[in-house]
Amino acid sequence: MTTGLEQEIRQALDTVKDPEIDAVSILDLGMFETMEWTETSDGYAVRVTLLPTFLGCPALEIIQKNTEAALLQVPQVQTVDVVFLFDPPWTSDRITDRGMTGLKSFGIAPPRVIDGHWEIDCPYCGSTFVSIENLFGPTACRSILYCKSCKNPFEAMKPVSTLM
Amino acid sequence: MTEAERLALASLMYQLADDDFLYAYRGSEWLGLAPHIEEDVASSSIAQDSMGHAAMYYQLLEDIGEGKADALAHVRLAHERKNSVLVERVNGPGYYMENPEYDWAYAVVRNYCYTLAKKVRIDSLKKSSYAPLAALAVKVNMELYYHLLHWQTWFTQLYQSTETARQKMDAALERVLADFGDLFDYGEATEIIDEMRLIEGQGILIDRWYQALTPVLVDLNVTLPEMKMTYNGRNGEHSPDLNDALSTLGEVYLLDQSAVW
Ligand SMILES: [Zn+2]
Repeated sequence: MTTGLEQEIRQALDTVKDPEIDAVSILDLGMFETMEWTETSDGYAVRVTLLPTFLGCPALEIIQKNTEAALLQVPQVQTVDVVFLFDPPWTSDRITDRGMTGLKSFGIAPPRVIDGHWEIDCPYCGSTFVSIENLFGPTACRSILYCKSCKNPFEAMKPVSTLM
Repeated sequence: MTEAERLALASLMYQLADDDFLYAYRGSEWLGLAPHIEEDVASSSIAQDSMGHAAMYYQLLEDIGEGKADALAHVRLAHERKNSVLVERVNGPGYYMENPEYDWAYAVVRNYCYTLAKKVRIDSLKKSSYAPLAALAVKVNMELYYHLLHWQTWFTQLYQSTETARQKMDAALERVLADFGDLFDYGEATEIIDEMRLIEGQGILIDRWYQALTPVLVDLNVTLPEMKMTYNGRNGEHSPDLNDALSTLGEVYLLDQSAVW
């Protein structure tokens, strides 16, 4: 019974996409931290904790609302409480392989840290011969780059790491 | 925790919160006025991040019984504010809406010096005895990396451009350092903050700040002016600039509140 609920909650969370990148869900981004529930008279009260990518990110409020709405679609769920935590901190190594693929398909280079340095591959041709045009892109979490191999501008998600 | 200890913890967190709150506000005033469109985007991103940091400190204050985070950010009066005087200073003469004559050199110097000081404080807070503050510091630190990189680039590039730019930067550095004296100060709560090991002492942090800044200045052949104190913001002493900022911020907040009705 309860494992069924857990599965349904996971599925609901997977329908919540990054408001700006609809190819990746909050599960793909590794924003999901914990879930718990208590039985009520006619179903379950669910509490989910999420980790914000960047603290001032304006998308967080939208993600919170969309997560609440998605969870309320689960048949037995009566009430939901979606809370952001900063401990543990979200780091970019929480992004799943599927998330990495989703970002690339959207033309965004996924974040990679190698030996404490930011490694960027062009999402189109894979070249590392790239230059940072603007560290701060359209959102706090992204930068604007230029690939000197295939001559395409692209965006990259900034790595967030305790190693840097 | 005794009541005196709770108050000292609150005092430190007000200092951190109010610093980032005013810093973010002054940064956001540059929207549409920065030297180019890319810088507009970068400045507002940094302001947004910093406002996010302030919001988290206000949340920690709410958690120790200081009241609602939103209200703590918006409705406290100037003499209740504990931010450094440096971050409340106007960007230049004129108002955002009418004839702003903002000084970009001052913005770059203030932002770089402040961000470097924030980095020094955050590194120390990572070892704070108050666990929620230590955890938040780990998170803030990861975002700060990009802010510091951004302002350090501007700082060195402007210093290396024209002779006029260099003079403006020197003048800005003079003004920034004249207000820097309260930045590492903890005000009246210093003793208990020390005893509780919430953050390391003022002297240690100033030394680290100088150590981080010196190689950059040596490369640019810049002499750092003397650090002075005009007002001690940590004790609620402020310049008239703070009142103006708070009334603008407060108006927006009150408008927002009434919009709910
Ligand atoms: Zn390429």
